[in-house]
Amino acid sequence: MADFEWPWQYKFPPFFTIQPNLETRKKQMEAWCSLVLTYQRHTKKYSLDVTEAQSSPLFHNKAISRKLSLDGIYTILDELKKRGHIEWQDKVRKQCLVMWRTPEEWGKVIYSWVSANGMNNTVCTFYELTEGDSTTNQEFHGMEKWLLLRALKTLEAQHKAAVMDEGVKFF
Amino acid sequence: MDRFEWCDGNLYTGEQLVEQQTGVALYDGNEKTAFEFGTLILTTHRLMWRDQRNRTCVICLPLSLVIYLEEQPSGFAKSAKIVVHLNSAGANKGSGPFNQSSNSFIRLSFREAGEKGFLRRLQETLQQKKWATSVPGPSGTNPQLPRHRPGIVGIERSLDQRNKETDKNITAAFADLRQLMEKAKDMVNLTRTIATKIKDKQGDITEDETVKFKSYLLSMGIPNPVTRETHGTGDKYYTELARQLASMLTKPVEESGGMMTLTDVYCRVNRARGMELLSPEDLLHACELMEILGLPIRLRTFDSGVMVVQSQSQNEEEIVNTTTVLVSERNSLTAEELSQLLGVSVLLARERLLMTEKHGGVCRDEHIEGLRFYLNLFLHPPS
Repeated sequence: MADFEWPWQYKFPPFFTIQPNLETRKKQMEAWCSLVLTYQRHTKKYSLDVTEAQSSPLFHNKAISRKLSLDGIYTILDELKKRGHIEWQDKVRKQCLVMWRTPEEWGKVIYSWVSANGMNNTVCTFYELTEGDSTTNQEFHGMEKWLLLRALKTLEAQHKAAVMDEGVKFF
Repeated sequence: MDRFEWCDGNLYTGEQLVEQQTGVALYDGNEKTAFEFGTLILTTHRLMWRDQRNRTCVICLPLSLVIYLEEQPSGFAKSAKIVVHLNSAGANKGSGPFNQSSNSFIRLSFREAGEKGFLRRLQETLQQKKWATSVPGPSGTNPQLPRHRPGIVGIERSLDQRNKETDKNITAAFADLRQLMEKAKDMVNLTRTIATKIKDKQGDITEDETVKFKSYLLSMGIPNPVTRETHGTGDKYYTELARQLASMLTKPVEESGGMMTLTDVYCRVNRARGMELLSPEDLLHACELMEILGLPIRLRTFDSGVMVVQSQSQNEEEIVNTTTVLVSERNSLTAEELSQLLGVSVLLARERLLMTEKHGGVCRDEHIEGLRFYLNLFLHPPS
């Protein structure tokens, strides 16, 4: 994690206390949301376990010995949920799926790659898209299948693709 | 079972707790009774049984009635029991749950075990016969008063007695105070004459003497406090009181950083008034009027409910600005540190920080070491 560039707020102790002042809290929330998403993106993680997250460096800055409380974590996750970046996987809210890009955005990214490589009207397998050699330098390389499917569904809704069993056809 | 009497569960003087066991049922002879689930308490004088579901239900049995004990070991679906053979009760027995019983023994059923230890202690206690050496009397009450005086007359009489006693105590306590008050009246009169003399002989005595006299008066407090007797009871009393408070408090409030908690004000005012003490309510009413009267100080209630008297020159914006500057100079501050910096109470320092937080000047860091406030970098990010 040495190469992850933490934002300045991460070294600011009040960042780890949910601020009561509404205006201040709004700014704090923005900072937290973007930190969570960039961190997840950096570590290429598509899900988050709340129990695990409590001890992860994301919410615990050992250098200044500050830790975000469980309530605080939920406050931030609620905010992310409101913004459509996470989805709870269970009713007790222990596991969630994190999408640092929304499925629509992913759809666009994939489609622009497809167009750039002239692959319109061809069929790709899911494996090709996420694990194939041609996509290693793409952001969606290594993407989990559930998210890929969702992204492709949005393209399908726009009549830009047709999803099949294990593959997809782009138009 | 008819040997038991009701009791309040308290120990007599000289009586000591020896052993207790929960989950004990009482049997009248071989028959079950309603006393099924309770704590059996052995003292040096008595055997007590307290219901575990209804703890006000307590019955007791003097140990002097016990003739001998017998052990019945537990069997299939049967708990261990101790059989207690009893003498017939004495004539002065109090009322109990059973008026008469054909059995001259009771059985103690130990449903939660513990009968071995209890039996041993019971036997030891019976051998020691402590009840014979010290006669139990109910603790706390006056021995002259018979414990049970029946009927309303008895209750009335005991109430009367208690009232008389209180009355006597109060009179004794205040006898000293009355003398003190008479002396104090003289003192107040003295200050009054000095005050008028200063007024009359303004030119005759030197400046030095005037200052001296005035300092005497100050140490004695307010020469002629506004009281209900001198200023009536209505609004006039409060307005006059407010004016007087303002004139005496303006300087100390300024000195203590423009703010003083209402409790401090209360102490100071009553210290200055000496004998004519103010009630907290009167003080509050008077302080509430200060703003309407346009006096240099006024009452202010913080969001947390803390009330302070604040000098008019002190406005919110200024407090927010100075606090923000103080915090930014030192990177972070706790209420304690700020109170030391400003020389105000911790409570007020905290209020200042909370107010500044409300205005977005600072933000908080809640940590095990306490609540710290930092410059609000969220709203004013570092460049």
